[in-house]
Amino acid sequence: MGTAPLLQDRSKQIHRKGSAPFEIDCNKDSLAGAVSQRACVFCGSRVVLYPIADALHLVHGPIGCAVYTWDIRGALSSGPELHRLSFSTDLQELDVVFGGEKKLAKALDELIDLHKPKAAFVYSTCIVGLIGDDLEAVCKKATEEKGIPVLPVQSEGFKKGNKRAGYEAACTAMARLVGMGDIGNISRHSINILGDFNLAGEIWLIREYFQRIGVEVVANITGDGRVADIQRCHGAALNVVQCSGATMDLANMLQDGYGIPSLRVSYFGVEDMAEALYAVARHFGEPEMLEKARQLVKEELATLLPELARYKAALTGKKAAIYVGGAFKAFSLVKAFRLIGMDVVMVGSQTGTKEDYIELEEITDEGCIIVDDSNPLELSSFLKEKDVDLFVGGVKERPIAYKLGVAFCDHNHERKEMLAGFQGMLNFAREVYGSVMSPVWKFVPRRNKEVSS
Amino acid sequence: MTKMPSYTATTNACKLCKPLGASLAFRGIESCVPFLHGSQGCATYMRRYIISHYNEPIDIASSSLGEKQAIYGGGANLKLGLKNVTTKYAPKVIGVATTCLTETIGDNVPMILAEYDKEFGTADSPLIVHVSTPSFSGTHMEGFNAAVKAVVEQLATEAEPNETINLLSGFISTADIRYLREVCNDFSIDATILPDYSDTLDGQALNDYPLIPEGGTPLKAIAHMGGAKATIELGATLPAETGGKVLERKFGTRLLRTGLPIGIRATDALFDLLAELSGQQVPERHTAARGRLIDSMVDGHKYIFGKRAVVYGEEDLVVGMTSFLAEIGIHTVLCASGGKSRRFASAVAAALEGLDGELPVVKEDVDFFDIETMAKELQVDLVVGHSKGYAFARKENLPLIRVGFPIHDRVGGQRILHLGYHGAQTLFDLITNTVIDKKQSDSSVGYSYM
Repeated sequence: MGTAPLLQDRSKQIHRKGSAPFEIDCNKDSLAGAVSQRACVFCGSRVVLYPIADALHLVHGPIGCAVYTWDIRGALSSGPELHRLSFSTDLQELDVVFGGEKKLAKALDELIDLHKPKAAFVYSTCIVGLIGDDLEAVCKKATEEKGIPVLPVQSEGFKKGNKRAGYEAACTAMARLVGMGDIGNISRHSINILGDFNLAGEIWLIREYFQRIGVEVVANITGDGRVADIQRCHGAALNVVQCSGATMDLANMLQDGYGIPSLRVSYFGVEDMAEALYAVARHFGEPEMLEKARQLVKEELATLLPELARYKAALTGKKAAIYVGGAFKAFSLVKAFRLIGMDVVMVGSQTGTKEDYIELEEITDEGCIIVDDSNPLELSSFLKEKDVDLFVGGVKERPIAYKLGVAFCDHNHERKEMLAGFQGMLNFAREVYGSVMSPVWKFVPRRNKEVSS
Repeated sequence: MTKMPSYTATTNACKLCKPLGASLAFRGIESCVPFLHGSQGCATYMRRYIISHYNEPIDIASSSLGEKQAIYGGGANLKLGLKNVTTKYAPKVIGVATTCLTETIGDNVPMILAEYDKEFGTADSPLIVHVSTPSFSGTHMEGFNAAVKAVVEQLATEAEPNETINLLSGFISTADIRYLREVCNDFSIDATILPDYSDTLDGQALNDYPLIPEGGTPLKAIAHMGGAKATIELGATLPAETGGKVLERKFGTRLLRTGLPIGIRATDALFDLLAELSGQQVPERHTAARGRLIDSMVDGHKYIFGKRAVVYGEEDLVVGMTSFLAEIGIHTVLCASGGKSRRFASAVAAALEGLDGELPVVKEDVDFFDIETMAKELQVDLVVGHSKGYAFARKENLPLIRVGFPIHDRVGGQRILHLGYHGAQTLFDLITNTVIDKKQSDSSVGYSYM
């Protein structure tokens, strides 16, 4: 094979920095037959709500949607683990013909009695959108009967707008919980953490950082989440939002409904982690808090930097490619790679916006490939073209890298390594180092051409 | 056992959806791209699920239907998708499976494909096989079997009688497929194994990312299946209509059915068939393997006798494993599956005939919530099945013997050999050592001899 033929209709979603004035198409529906790495609207909703550990998550549809998202994320809980079970109405042919409302109502009734959740989310799937089940009505009735909030999530897979539409549907559902809890005794230096999913326990680390600088966390909405916390999250003074699109909608709803401002941050990499703390301190306008943040960063860096230096020495000059779900993570990764001496030669995302790509163009080096909604053939051709040493992505990108004999770092929701915060930066460097420096690459055809081809 | 409460919802399903099975089967055809007619999520979720087991790329195309198409029909997207896949992958076959979305909106896929052929078909166009796989009826096994049947129905043509044997081997591991290939070679049988994803889903490290991986059942061989000497179809709970039945009906190809060759007697049954069809005795390599297996079973029998197991997964696999466990003195107390073939209980009973012991409780159409509830009352020592039973095994502090699909929490799940005397040997060692390991770990002494 030579370079994979790129589909004409996709050419505007690929840009090579320096080749022409910056222009990229994005936020389009995936092209039929292009084998997009994207999922669907349901997936968007499911990932955002997934870490709410004391809620029941019932997928209303045939079995597939529930079974492929069973225990899918490494989102940890410090208490209940109801979120790790997979519940489905498992619709059958007759339900499709006659409607699934009765089955849904009965399933909710039984599951709520059995598991005693603090709330229930009912996800709509493709089929439900078509057969016209009235989710709103079933949920309303269940709310009245069971005395807990039962919330519909309008996440039909085919709905316009891919995963991002799913984020919005999830936020709309969560927003209905807000305002129900008591907001007495909340510090004026208080925040909600949005858009961190507590993979490998990251949110516990982030919470600790905020506590060290004197900030109270009211709700970690999407990581180790609790219904009661979300119900009182309108008592917080600030929303600190990570991740491109996932929870921005909720932050906007909280701004509109309760006047709570929000800050966008990232916890990946040294610069962004430090900036997240500084930004919060600056927001509260407390010199003492800012000083504490500086002190914290100083302490953390004092132990981190010498250790990082070791990895940097080995990794300097190696080439990295990035393909992630949301572009926001990509910004941090570009900076994190720079910190360990690596060159980013390709960066892309499933669902980036125009603004995201403009920013990526600004922070990357000449010649870097920027791509929206890519697919295995394109990604593999970029890896070859740039002779990449390490690829960062998720489960679906892993075999592309491995098949070609390229090192890989999982930066997606299945990972078991904590990559956020200062500790996370060290883990990231270790993980990258552990894959790039493995002796296995000495044996793969790519690095061993004379023997194998 | 007390009566199990029957819940409306499915909790932690012990089954997957139909199009996933079809995608896997299509992946085992030479130069074939699986294509799901539905929303983008289906293809992506299934790819992710399959990748986590095989550690291998799998490109499944999608017609990526959106809101508009869900209302007005997905025909245009299906055609565009087929065109793009043809341009980009240059496949010889595209395997189109429907999803619940396109089944519910009522897209007439055969008609759309006929139109597509009229509009864009040339002599070089890929063949298109289509199969109806709505996930609201049946599991991944029905999808797998339906895709195999569709391939045979749509690609096998009238053929000269020939000396080949068709082997419709069911949903087995890549190591199992390679093993069956070797066995047939040892009998000097020219076998058409369908599907054959032993290379496409368990390939080598490469220098280039393949558009479509090498391997798969050759199209030429599929075309000639009607002229084969016989078709052997593996499985004890197969539906009435299968690829083997189609060949029998359309071309009069002799159909022989036997269960998955797991354990001694089931393997003997397959080897008897192969010996008969080839006119050759069982090759020495295999009689020796059988002998060694029995010798090792003698060596290890004491450590496992009387242990009680729960076996779950696809019905055919469960039947095979239960039969083997009975041969080595392990009593399966519960056979469970998310499938509902209605043939499960009778197949288990038939597989256990001639061996002492009580029949297990056999439950179809159950989930892991049910399995857990039942297992609690059955004093279980051992759990046998795919990795989705881990949560339950861990909770109950029971060792899990990983077999089948998926194995998401170990490397090499695709390379587990279940079949034949060789597979039985591997399984026997694994099971016996697992029991020994548990005893050793739980012991306060820590003996260094068995």
